[in-house]
Amino acid sequence: MSEVEETINRINTHKGVSGLVILNSEGVPIRTTLDGKSTLQYSALISQLASKARSVVRDLDPQNDLTFLRIRSKKHEIMVAPDRDYLLIVIQDPNADQGI
Amino acid sequence: MPPKAAPKAAQPARSTPQPELPGGEGGEELVADDYDMPVIIKVKPEDQLQLSPEELEKEVPPRVLYPNNPRAPHNVTQFSYKEKVFKKDDQVDQVVMHFSIDGAILLKDSPEAQDQFEIQDKKEQEQSAREKEEAIDEDFDPPEDDKEQPVKNPLRNQFNFSERAAQSKNPILRERAWTTEPPPTTGYSGSVTQWDIFDQYMSDIEAAKEKDKDNAEKGKSKAYQEEGEKKKKGDSNPTYSENMKLSIKIMERMVNQNAENEVYHDFKYWEDRSDEFREGEGTLLPLWRFSSEKAKKKQVTCIKWNPRYNDLCAVGFGSYDFMRQGTGVICCYSLKNTRYPEYVFNTDAGVCSLDWHPAHPGVLAVGLYDGTVLVYDVRARTKKPIYQSTVRTNKHTDPVWEVRWNNDESSGTLNFFSISSDGRVSNWFLLKNKLESEEVMELKLMSGTSGSGEDDETSLAGLAGGLCFDFNRQSEHLFLVGTEEGRIHKCSKAFSGQYLETYEGHTMAVYTVRWNPFHPKIFISASADWTVKLWDHTVRYPVMSFDLAQAIGDVAWAPYSSTTFAAITSDGPGASTSGVVHIYDLSINRNDRICEQKVVKRAKLTHVAFSTSEPIIIVGDDRGGVNTLKLSPNLRIGVVRTEDTDPNKTDEDLQIEKMEHLLEMVTETKEA
Repeated sequence: MSEVEETINRINTHKGVSGLVILNSEGVPIRTTLDGKSTLQYSALISQLASKARSVVRDLDPQNDLTFLRIRSKKHEIMVAPDRDYLLIVIQDPNADQGI
Repeated sequence: MPPKAAPKAAQPARSTPQPELPGGEGGEELVADDYDMPVIIKVKPEDQLQLSPEELEKEVPPRVLYPNNPRAPHNVTQFSYKEKVFKKDDQVDQVVMHFSIDGAILLKDSPEAQDQFEIQDKKEQEQSAREKEEAIDEDFDPPEDDKEQPVKNPLRNQFNFSERAAQSKNPILRERAWTTEPPPTTGYSGSVTQWDIFDQYMSDIEAAKEKDKDNAEKGKSKAYQEEGEKKKKGDSNPTYSENMKLSIKIMERMVNQNAENEVYHDFKYWEDRSDEFREGEGTLLPLWRFSSEKAKKKQVTCIKWNPRYNDLCAVGFGSYDFMRQGTGVICCYSLKNTRYPEYVFNTDAGVCSLDWHPAHPGVLAVGLYDGTVLVYDVRARTKKPIYQSTVRTNKHTDPVWEVRWNNDESSGTLNFFSISSDGRVSNWFLLKNKLESEEVMELKLMSGTSGSGEDDETSLAGLAGGLCFDFNRQSEHLFLVGTEEGRIHKCSKAFSGQYLETYEGHTMAVYTVRWNPFHPKIFISASADWTVKLWDHTVRYPVMSFDLAQAIGDVAWAPYSSTTFAAITSDGPGASTSGVVHIYDLSINRNDRICEQKVVKRAKLTHVAFSTSEPIIIVGDDRGGVNTLKLSPNLRIGVVRTEDTDPNKTDEDLQIEKMEHLLEMVTETKEA
């Protein structure tokens, strides 16, 4: 328990990490470091995308499964770790220090 | 003919000439009796024969039937042969038959009737006999189908055949329909993918398997337990599940990789271009510095790369300062997560040495400053050692300066060696529930000049403090021991208590001895007397000696070249050359280092280790930091194959050749 908490804290202190959201299997955010509005937006959109991505992977080979999803955008990178019971989302801006 | 019956219409066909006679008078009467009598109007048909009055007067012969035949011939003449003359025959048959019919009625008594009776009886008998036969026939061959029957005995009634056909009325089709009130419906839709179906099947199969298992075991208590566990799982928050641990670990690594993208790029792709222009010189590029809160004030006392997981290295923290000992920490750092150690273990005393098991990459042997040896399983949930030596198991009384797993698997149980400054080399066996030791060697002090008798006395007096050892790769039983006095002893596991050879050359404590990874005869030693010496174990004197003008903390052979090694100088802070890494490639320059670089400020380096797969070295300092440095291309020249080299030779052969060549050169120069 504390191990996970520690890791979550460490991730949050990493360079450019702007938020971490954990959704449960219903897509309801159970833990977030973002504000309410963007948490809702991320949870709604990412959970859909993750389930679609998983569907793609599993349709191609039913024995396969999605383990990770990384979305690299101009502004930041969204990393998603899907699982049966939860969905872990981390939003990071890898170029955080370059803008300064 | 009744005149009243036909009041107006007189039938002309029936009017005979007779009723015409009273014609005129009748007309008059009609007039007179207008209302009494029906009016009779006689109408003559137009084609009626008109007779004159004479003709009407003429008598009409009465019609009388006579008993003679008017058509019978009256003049039948026949020739009489008796009288020889024609004679008229008067006898004429007057009978004319107008109609004759035979009666069917017979008298019962008449013989004809008797005949009839007989015939009738006969027919009846025949009929009955036939019926019987047919009945039998039918038994044998029952009609399969009603249609066959008339075909079957058409001969029975051959002459009284009648064909009858009947057509039934065509039934009239009539349609009737009812409509009921439609039942209430609700729309439902879902999409099923291939993997949904697959999952369902898999869960079914698993359920079936579980069932079988349960049946086979019939262990109620176990099932109960499992149920309990399941319940527990279901209740727990997914944030703290096992899967989450893994996911979040990977996530941390990814975040770390993104954050330190440039360093990772350097690690993977950066090559110092200037190496092309300077022959025989190289540089080190600092990459990451691993540090942890827990090990901040401690010194790095040992570094070991994991033999299987190339990105993982274990670092032991303790203190070399006798006056300031404290607890120790073991941190396992991964290159995949440079910010935080993968595993952390705390020990009661400072860590002095550690070693990964070559075959079981999760097992770590640790030697402590207080003489205890520990064995950790890094994958275990608990942070406690799985084995620990105690006073009862004959633990070392002084710091354990080096531990090494025994590669030899013949004994069956896992075992490792340890060397301590109490003068003993011990072999530790990992038994089922305890750690057991066996003394391999006692490092007797020896004085080179005195006689044999005195020798015994000194051996009783004390033992030499062992600081380091190394086992030969080719001949497993051979090992070298470096002592505090500066001597290096060659020993064998087979002959305990005896030195096979003693090498003298160092004047101060030998911190490290290392066999060459390729050449089985060559080893190197680093000492506090500022020198690194290269030895051939068959020769008692050093082959080469390198003076670094600083106390050498550690020396390590490169895994890619037989002639390359790295040494670090570890004098106190403030000295100009503290914290310097020296790298030698003897095949390039026998006399001087090809790289000398200061890698840390205000700290002294304590240990160095080459990565087995990546072109990096890792150096530990006395401030709890571990630095990774990338070797520039000039520093990592392995074997060079030219057109002249024999392609049949393996890299290993070439490495040995390279070293042999070096040795030849050295002896030549010495002789010269």
